[in-house]
Amino acid sequence: MNSAGSSATRSVVIEKEFAYPPEKVWRALTEGDLISQWLMENDFKPVVGHSFQLRSTPVPNWNGLIDGEVVIAEPYERLVYSWGALGLESAVAWTLTPTVRGTLLRMEHSGFREDQEAAYKGAGYGWQRFIGGLERVVGEIAKEGHHEG
Amino acid sequence: MVSIVPMEPSLVFKALADPTRRAIFERLTRDGELTVHALTDHAGISQPAVSKHLTVLKRARLVRDRRHGRETHYSAQPKALQPMVDWMNFYGVFWRERFDRLEAVLERMEP
Repeated sequence: MNSAGSSATRSVVIEKEFAYPPEKVWRALTEGDLISQWLMENDFKPVVGHSFQLRSTPVPNWNGLIDGEVVIAEPYERLVYSWGALGLESAVAWTLTPTVRGTLLRMEHSGFREDQEAAYKGAGYGWQRFIGGLERVVGEIAKEGHHEG
Repeated sequence: MVSIVPMEPSLVFKALADPTRRAIFERLTRDGELTVHALTDHAGISQPAVSKHLTVLKRARLVRDRRHGRETHYSAQPKALQPMVDWMNFYGVFWRERFDRLEAVLERMEP
């Protein structure tokens, strides 16, 4: 399990290998009952265009609700949904890759939606280039001990 | 349960979602303080458009303006990226914890 290197300033990436086949991992990611056991209460369905809500306990400054919509649902391989919380529209993308042991599961939660991302590709100003600069800046913030953790 | 909620990062994300604004912010980070005129020279867009982008960046506190004579000078405030960093840290912890719970669910599931 690790945090991503290159895209670290834009997204949170977690990768882990599980000793279970992709079919089983897919069920845990897409069946409402199972999702509620590890993520949140929900009305999720792995159907493209389906809008759903994830519900967790409200805390100060947050009602505990996440609004999502399924963007991609390719059984046993890829699942992408939007993730709207705290006024920010982000995207969560799951990728399942079969391995000898079971499944390599990769989750990328990015601060920008994929469709917006696609629009940048023709924009003539590379997001990657910006991220490179941003990482230096953030590194400097971290060095100054501006935040803990 | 993760109990801390990140400070709302949406203003920063939204401000930086636009490639022209990213370019302006990066230029200010690299070149230091600049006027709207200086920024417009290389932006390939009109001065009112640059001013509009600067307003969005200012609202997200990514840039600061300083009036000097008849010109307004803009400078980057990289520390305003902090909400973005907090957002990343929050979800980093959140998803790591959820992966552990996911593994426990997989263990419990019938084959």
